[in-house]
Amino acid sequence: MTLKTNWAEMVNPAVRDIAPSGIRRFFDLVTEMKDIISLGVGEPDFVTPWHIREACVYSLEKGYTMYTSNHGLLELREEISRDVSQNYKVSYDPRSEILITVGVSEGLDLAMRALLCPGDEVLVPEPSYVSYAPLAVLGGGKPVHLKTSADNGFQLTADIVEKALTPRTKIILLGYPNNPTGATIDREHLLDIAELARAHNLIVISDEIYDKLTYVGEHTCVSSLPGMRERTILLNGFSKSYAMTGWRVGYAAGNSDFIAAMTKIHQYSMLCAPITAQVAALEALRNGQSEMRKMIAQYSRRRRLVVDAFREIGLPCFEPRGAFYAFPDIRCTGLSSDEFAVELLKEEKVLVVPGSAFGEQGEGFVRCAYAASVKDLMEAFKRIGNFVRRRTGRGKVVTFYFGKMEQKDNEIRKTV
Amino acid sequence: MKEILELLETDARLTPGQIAAILGKNEEEVAGIIKDLERKNIINGYFTLINWDKLGAEKVSALIEVKISPQRDVGFDAVAERIYRFPEVRSVRLMSGAYDLVVMIEGGTMKEIAHFVSFKLASMEYVLSTATHFVLKTYKHHGTIVEDGEDDRRQVIVP
Repeated sequence: MTLKTNWAEMVNPAVRDIAPSGIRRFFDLVTEMKDIISLGVGEPDFVTPWHIREACVYSLEKGYTMYTSNHGLLELREEISRDVSQNYKVSYDPRSEILITVGVSEGLDLAMRALLCPGDEVLVPEPSYVSYAPLAVLGGGKPVHLKTSADNGFQLTADIVEKALTPRTKIILLGYPNNPTGATIDREHLLDIAELARAHNLIVISDEIYDKLTYVGEHTCVSSLPGMRERTILLNGFSKSYAMTGWRVGYAAGNSDFIAAMTKIHQYSMLCAPITAQVAALEALRNGQSEMRKMIAQYSRRRRLVVDAFREIGLPCFEPRGAFYAFPDIRCTGLSSDEFAVELLKEEKVLVVPGSAFGEQGEGFVRCAYAASVKDLMEAFKRIGNFVRRRTGRGKVVTFYFGKMEQKDNEIRKTV
Repeated sequence: MKEILELLETDARLTPGQIAAILGKNEEEVAGIIKDLERKNIINGYFTLINWDKLGAEKVSALIEVKISPQRDVGFDAVAERIYRFPEVRSVRLMSGAYDLVVMIEGGTMKEIAHFVSFKLASMEYVLSTATHFVLKTYKHHGTIVEDGEDDRRQVIVP
């Protein structure tokens, strides 16, 4: 006699209790629809630049199909070290302080698992990328949500951090430029947070995957701040800046003892990042700067278009200064962010992601990715405008702004 | 101004309003700059890239290398002008290297092109020799891949 296995009971409760993703059901909704314009895609609309793909094809022809060292190709680590040091004046030893990971996602998972003991608290600013809190839970920790909001530009401040501190607080998780809000964080705020981290012996995990996609002001690398190199795990990768999402390659940089701990988990769970992706990443760092700047210039141009479009439509939208997302406030429509996204999709065939998918603080907002062609963006905003006008019952909606639009962009647009 | 040109170079159909929004400028200002650029012949025209092959249209084009002897005072320019005045000539460029001018020509049939080369071009004064290469297939023109398989293959929603 065989017993029927009840898999629901078999699954680890920590896994079972993770809430299902807030966006999965949109896949079901869109399967039968045609002519959808999607502003729901959190990845570049560019294909990886040809020279990078070509370098990878060549490596396959030459037979580079083997494992690399657990740490990743030394040449790649050396290039990363050079790149970080050149951009942010903070240096990492390529032999002991850098680990090549399967994207930032793996880096974050490794960092959490290597750091957290049961009950340790992880401060997660909200709205935040969808994986932050679940990975903290899976790592045995307890995510503590810190509320950021539109009126402070979705920036985390030392005040907010301080109020959430307990004796169990171990990690502050930062992700700026931010997905989903497009917010960047001011250097002054970072300095204050860094001071707190030092005073309370906290570790900062900094996900800086969108660092190159900063359009107003300069990106500050957390580990470049005084005294922070020793208590920061810097996570970055190639997905956004070089349009390499599907390659799954990134890196972690930090204290050598801690990198060694992360490498222990990595060597048993992943062994190494795929060599083809590592070869491509190497080519990206060595010869990809000009293509990267062109892509960034495109995002920057679209960003203006998007901010302008929301002003026209009358949805308050704080000015996004990085990444490729706008995060308009949709409360004037009287809809929840989920209702807004579903009804907009059904009525106008434009897909946006409800802010609630990124935590409670995202409620009342939707995420619009402007990694889309200007033509699609124009059409999408026409449709969103129609939808909002119907819902607000106004011919033309009163314009309201959070903060002032910066008139002076970085020089990036002019580099093309 | 350079930015406006870059935008129009990739998409000539952008309106001044759209360009203004992209660049954070005002619409009248952008319209004024474009007018000025047109007047100064910095913007030479607006065209549509057409893949005639796909339509099955019978069109033949050829690249012709032309060697000429330069003339006093005007160098190569006078001969170049006599060549580029022909409407069937799509482009004329002065080159460094083994020949002087490279002429792109378009015609309905190979015969038409052969006729042009032998009766108009090769027999022209100061033209020393020509070499005609017929185009078999166009893969990329004006920076645009003709048959681009790289559509948007992303999933419709990604966190």
